[in-house]
Amino acid sequence: MAQSTAPYTVTSHGARSRRAKHATGRVLIYAALIFWAFISLFPLYWTVTTSFKVAKDVQLGHIVPWLQFEPDWKGWRSLGLSPDTIFERSTVREEFLLRFKNSVIMSVGSSLLAIVIGSLAAYGLTRFPYKFGPWRNKDISFWFLSQLILPPVVLALPFLVLYKELALLDTKSGMIMVYTLMVLPIVIWIMRDQFLTIPIELEQAALVDGSTIWGAFTRIVVPIALPGMVAAFILSVVLCWNEYFFAALLTSTNAKTLPVMVASQTGSQGINWWVMAALSAAAIAPLAIIGIALERFIVKGLTAGAVK
Amino acid sequence: MQTSAALQDEKIRVATDHISAGRKTAGRLLILGATLLLAAAVLFQSLHAAGAIDSGFSTWRPVLFVYLAWAIALGVGQVMIRGEHGHRALFVLPAVLFTVSMVVFPTIFGIYIAFTDWNLSSFTGRQFSGLDNIRQLRHDQFFWGALLNMVYYVLAVLVQYAIAFGLALLLNANVRGRKFFRVVFLMPFMLSPVAVSWMIGKSILENRFGPAAELARKLGWDTPAFFATPWMARVSIMVMDAWVSIPFIMILMLAGLQALPGEVMESAKVDGANAWQTFWQMMFPLLLPVSVTAVILRTIFELKLADIVINVTLGSPGGATDTVSSYIYRTYRDRSNVGYGTMMAEVYLVLIIIFVTALLGLASRWMRKVT
Repeated sequence: MAQSTAPYTVTSHGARSRRAKHATGRVLIYAALIFWAFISLFPLYWTVTTSFKVAKDVQLGHIVPWLQFEPDWKGWRSLGLSPDTIFERSTVREEFLLRFKNSVIMSVGSSLLAIVIGSLAAYGLTRFPYKFGPWRNKDISFWFLSQLILPPVVLALPFLVLYKELALLDTKSGMIMVYTLMVLPIVIWIMRDQFLTIPIELEQAALVDGSTIWGAFTRIVVPIALPGMVAAFILSVVLCWNEYFFAALLTSTNAKTLPVMVASQTGSQGINWWVMAALSAAAIAPLAIIGIALERFIVKGLTAGAVK
Repeated sequence: MQTSAALQDEKIRVATDHISAGRKTAGRLLILGATLLLAAAVLFQSLHAAGAIDSGFSTWRPVLFVYLAWAIALGVGQVMIRGEHGHRALFVLPAVLFTVSMVVFPTIFGIYIAFTDWNLSSFTGRQFSGLDNIRQLRHDQFFWGALLNMVYYVLAVLVQYAIAFGLALLLNANVRGRKFFRVVFLMPFMLSPVAVSWMIGKSILENRFGPAAELARKLGWDTPAFFATPWMARVSIMVMDAWVSIPFIMILMLAGLQALPGEVMESAKVDGANAWQTFWQMMFPLLLPVSVTAVILRTIFELKLADIVINVTLGSPGGATDTVSSYIYRTYRDRSNVGYGTMMAEVYLVLIIIFVTALLGLASRWMRKVT
């Protein structure tokens, strides 16, 4: 960017000192950026390397692989995910894959459900005037958003009792409903913002052509709002995937999710660091990949509605 | 907020279709029939549950299916009675019904549980205990301690905000590899707090072999212990929580920075204002709305903090790190008494609603004064 060599020959002393100051500023900026990148990545690096350590390396506090210690598959072997055990039967791996599958089904299922009913509600609230007793659109929207305030503890124990009566305790469908509830306000917030940016004239034209409001919505509005929906979907998946509180209380064997499995291991095997590290690394890997590949959508989802 | 203005005049106008009287009556009958069916199912199952009649379902789940059928009948009935307006109602109806049945109903049911002595693992079941739970709550030092901890944790949000703002400014500077740094800085937000609890709380901050302890020893702290004293433990929890949540604020602030009008910043530069002045006189006031949104959202999420505490300290030492949520979780796990836990949760909910309402009110008044 600094291709301006010409004026440099005639610069005064003041300009040169400003240039020097500018250079130190840049160095400081890069130093700060690298420092924070280190803060953000070191725990990940630590977890991945620890999963290749044996007891001796853990106790000696070795940090750099190959230089300080020889990587070993021990942690991954006990999960049944190392190269030599991957084709053999392993109960730990089966358990892990079952929890993994549960987490996928629940987070994708509840995100899809939330996107469908949330988008419909958000579209209705941005387009049609509703009246529900004294409540108008603004009040209904606020009511949906206010659900964000509700802490999970308030619902968790009543849910425990109600789900027991409804035979929904420890089922995937029960958890999908809880998670849908959890992400619904966020989805409605994001989608409201999306629909507000779509000009109403497009739908009006379709209605003049004889389309119904539902036809106009599915054929014209949804395709335009699709990027926003994808953003809301990905953000919801991340939130559901990481949820722990409800899962810890409402699941026991069938519907246990990955975070609950990871948490249940921390207590029992305090010092088997390599196993825990391998398990944690495997549990966060999908999200790390999503974070790298779909960062654009997550940022879009987070900032929708908040920055205006 | 622009919606309300836009909706004053109906933007999408559809010719009102003529609905025959017969169709309206059929629609009303459908809703009435479905409601009667639902009421009958609830009554039937309650009688069975109370032991008055023998026949009935073993669980309440069939009643749930009747409720679903009722919800569908309500939607169809709306369209039959009100035509076009019914079609419009169908957009919000699913979300409203879902939220009402999942939030309002359990919360009201929770108020009932809060006044019982209900041990899930004992056979005696629930007993109405009146105000016993409230009395117990008044003398529960752990609960009030946890509430005080929430004050500390919420105050820590301001520190998170300051750091996140700084990071957003760094990312907004004209640097190479901006995209790379943005992805890296966002990473902690993606990770499950449970995994983070292990990665940082149980291994990096481990007293003997953890790299943080190693570093502390090099810096002259001979026996590093990150969870031994109340304040040290609290700060350690705050650090972990900050690590996970700073990216959220950072992304909001960065979006705010990028939305700033470029000319304003340029004109400030031409005026000869230095970076410090530009920041405090231009950027900070312009970013105030985003800042307030970010801090309030983070505060609301902070009030739910539980998973890190549950997985790292479980409230130790002596409840010093407890959040209200983790304490309720702990008491439920120890005594499986839903009655007292729900009482605490409901009291906490009331306090949160008062606090957040006051916060929103203060924020909007302050914003009006500043801008």
